[in-house]
Amino acid sequence: MNYPAELQYSKSHEWVRMEDGVAVIGISDFAQDALGDVVFVNLPQEGDETTAGDAFGDVESVKAVSDLVSPVSGTVCAVNEDLLDAPELLNQDPYGAWIIKVENITDTEELLDAAAYEAFCAAEG
Amino acid sequence: MSYVPSTGEQRQEMLRAIGMQDYRDLYRDVPADMILDRPLDIPEGMSELEVTRAMTAMAARNTVFPTVLRGAGAYDHYIPSIVKSVTSKEEFLTAYTPYQAEMSQGVLQSIFEYQTMICELTGMDVSNASVYDGATAAAEAAAMCRDRKRRVTLISAAAHPDTINTVRTYCYGTGDELRVVPMKDGRTDTDALRRMLTPDVASFYLQQPNFFGQLEDAEAIGAMVHEAGAMYVMGCNPIALGIMKTPAACGADVAVGEGQPLGMPLSFGGPYLGFMATLTKHMRKLPGRIVGETTDHEGRRAYVLSLQAREQHIRREKASSNICSNQALCALTAGVYLAAMGPEGLAEAARQSMAKAHYLCRSLTAIEGVELVYTGEFFHEFVTTLPRRDEVLAALEKAGILGGLPVDGGVLWCATEKVGKAELDRAVEIVKEVLAK
Amino acid sequence: MKLIFEKSVPGRHCDLLPKCDVETVSLPESLRRDAAPALPEMSEVDLSRHYTELNKQVHGVNCGFYPLGSCTMKYNPRIDEDMAALPGFTGVHPLAPAHTVAGCREVLDTARKYLCEITGMDDMTFQPAAGAHGEFTGVMLIKQYHASRGDVARTKIIVPDSAHGTNPATAAMCGFQVVNIPSAPDGCVDLAALKAALGPDTAGLMLTNPNTVGIFDENILEITRLVHEAGGLCYYDGANLNAVMGVVRPGDMGFDCIHLNLHKTFATPHGGGGPGAGGVGCKEFLRPFLPASALMDGPGRIQVRSFAGNFLVVVKALTYLLTLGREGVPEASQNAVLNANYLMHAMKGTFTPAFDRVCMHEFVLDLGEFKKATGVSALDVAKCLIDYGMHPPTMYFPLIVHEALMLEPTETESKETLDWAADVFRQLYELGFKDPEYMHNSPHNAPIGRPDEVQAARHPIVRWQKG
Repeated sequence: MNYPAELQYSKSHEWVRMEDGVAVIGISDFAQDALGDVVFVNLPQEGDETTAGDAFGDVESVKAVSDLVSPVSGTVCAVNEDLLDAPELLNQDPYGAWIIKVENITDTEELLDAAAYEAFCAAEG
Repeated sequence: MSYVPSTGEQRQEMLRAIGMQDYRDLYRDVPADMILDRPLDIPEGMSELEVTRAMTAMAARNTVFPTVLRGAGAYDHYIPSIVKSVTSKEEFLTAYTPYQAEMSQGVLQSIFEYQTMICELTGMDVSNASVYDGATAAAEAAAMCRDRKRRVTLISAAAHPDTINTVRTYCYGTGDELRVVPMKDGRTDTDALRRMLTPDVASFYLQQPNFFGQLEDAEAIGAMVHEAGAMYVMGCNPIALGIMKTPAACGADVAVGEGQPLGMPLSFGGPYLGFMATLTKHMRKLPGRIVGETTDHEGRRAYVLSLQAREQHIRREKASSNICSNQALCALTAGVYLAAMGPEGLAEAARQSMAKAHYLCRSLTAIEGVELVYTGEFFHEFVTTLPRRDEVLAALEKAGILGGLPVDGGVLWCATEKVGKAELDRAVEIVKEVLAK
Repeated sequence: MKLIFEKSVPGRHCDLLPKCDVETVSLPESLRRDAAPALPEMSEVDLSRHYTELNKQVHGVNCGFYPLGSCTMKYNPRIDEDMAALPGFTGVHPLAPAHTVAGCREVLDTARKYLCEITGMDDMTFQPAAGAHGEFTGVMLIKQYHASRGDVARTKIIVPDSAHGTNPATAAMCGFQVVNIPSAPDGCVDLAALKAALGPDTAGLMLTNPNTVGIFDENILEITRLVHEAGGLCYYDGANLNAVMGVVRPGDMGFDCIHLNLHKTFATPHGGGGPGAGGVGCKEFLRPFLPASALMDGPGRIQVRSFAGNFLVVVKALTYLLTLGREGVPEASQNAVLNANYLMHAMKGTFTPAFDRVCMHEFVLDLGEFKKATGVSALDVAKCLIDYGMHPPTMYFPLIVHEALMLEPTETESKETLDWAADVFRQLYELGFKDPEYMHNSPHNAPIGRPDEVQAARHPIVRWQKG
């Protein structure tokens, strides 16, 4: 299980990286492993508002659906459309396959650093 | 008789094996005062012979009209014998939903074939495995067209009253608005439609041919609907689609309709079949079951219920629909019917239905006092005035003919390929006779 | 197996219609199809063989044991089929004049009368076409009721977390917010959780009893009392009625409206996934809110599908009711419960029941420990059963039990079948420890192995395409 040190993590298993005031968001290795094979990603549209702690989309595997929870409040400025044709990218490269980018951030959830997140995952086990 | 195979002795043996004395012990978790302490107030069970007599007697209290000139959403078409023979095979009849793909390839493949045929009929890219009937298909289509910004459903007043009422009910359920676009001369009033296509409208539902049998300007209406940014849902007659422009060609986003004409008898209204088909871009919004093709680990072609993450058992309260079943045996019926008729047979059924209806129309309107109420082009149904309507219909009934449906201002007539010229002539004769009196 | 389109030969056809005996007319050019639909072109013998081939890969109740929990796969009597095929029923137009359809009215009225007696309800509609459709109708009765009293604050429907997925989906379709309450450790309603969830915003509760783990909730009167006290109504999901019909009535448990699955409890065939019928019964005070057909009955009431519903399915259910009669109805349910307890008992020493107590008509096995010990999952066990000619039980439901297998033998299975089934499960239990790999790769003797569902969902192929 992979926990890149430069990222921050939410308790609902999303990762966040800040790039010049824009939050880049994806799901962690722990999340993709728990989901199993991802078959579809329901993405929001550019311009949609996100609210910290609320769902902004969802991820489907064959037998389940999981909400994607936004760690920040803001406006969606980019959506990774590659995921529409190749949802398996989330399984293959969870930290490379970002899902959305959010700008004009007004609020952030409590986030964990890599070590704290790893401990959190171990406890959830 | 309760179809319990265990003998009295075996039942006692089984009770003893689980440490009980009698059946009451099985219900020991049930509060004693809730247990029914009297026999049910229904008759004693009957032998098969007696049951046959009772049910046959009930059936005999219905009139089966040899000639049916009434449609209005339930159509008397010829059903090939192969259809009944296939759909009464005990395995197809008694199997459960094909969740275990390895032992249900027969059901799954038959649905895949049905889905393909519906796509061919409608010109669409993807069909689901069917829903309950045409009215619920219209309601489900309206729901799939809604998004966060556009929630209002428009429906033509020329649609089937039961469809309008069902869509209205489903809209009431989710708290969404339904607005009915008025009719003009028996068809959708396109000026009114244009005015009503406001930015809050999610979709417009058009029935083609409409409830009064009239043919609508479906393509032009589609363009209007899209220009307003809404989605276009067309409810179609599947027999007519044998010769008529497809909903896809008219620009529809979703094509739905009542599949009963495809091999299902009138049956006092059910079971029927709702078909739903859409474009690839809307596939994941389509409710209900969908069968997909894949392979197994040895590369063998296999069919499986797919895209289930849309459905209730996974999404629960976030599902767009609670629909849990399809009308599998009716979908199989439609598939066998379409395969038995083939493209030529289906077109012939459509052509003949249209021809017979136009012949009936010409003959009826030649009678004084009987005039077309709506004068536009029609497929196989039309409305005429009918003086002394009740008397005429009673006279037809006496001759074994179910006349057209009484509607506002007259009678909605229908003819299908099943009605012979002689029967049509006889019906017209009777109308003439009554009106001449 | 080839698809029907792959067997099609251009020019083949059946000769079904005579030549047209009246003048033909044409559609206006602008309304004509461009190209004919690519439907198969077959002779009748081709069709007969194709569907025979498909039928061989279908497992019906006539093929063998079908212990699908919550589905009540009881035997579908042949007489029901024959009666539903009577021309006096199939040949009747729904909009024929009332005096020509007295027989249809009698079928519906008689079925209504008997089913109201069995369920303790005052009236019933047969318009809903399926169980989920019946649920929608039932919750709409609740919605209309509160609306009629001007009670607009009631926005929530309470659903236990053990409920079938249709329950919360239905509540959402009716515009209600769903409040999930956790079940008690014994699978029954947690009264404390229920009390905490009840309030002036409670529209109602959706419940099935026995519950989805096959246990009769003995607090049921208290549960319905609490909901009524809070001003809500109680809706009964009739999926499990086969445990109690003729013995206990939902109306006596305090329920205000119910749905029935005629294709479960009342033996009408499942058809591979429909058509069924979801009769909805209610107490007197909800009668004005029952659905009707605008065309048949006039406007003013809700409507859930066209005309009167799946009439022929009601014919089959009525035929079954006439056959069972006053003694047969409780006899069926009592033996359904006996068979389930007998099978559960016969499996002792193998898979563990989730709840170690007397069950109703179905019971749940918890394969959690088994999976930990052998690596073999509930899914693997289910797939192995296919090789034995047994349809697997319901898998992974209810959600409150992990690695669940839910078995419902029904009353129409014999003691020999149950003994055989217990033995099969015993063999699989032992196999799990001896050769888990074999089980991971099951089934071995079916026409296909496990299909690649991920591929099917990622790259959907949902129709045949030429070339």
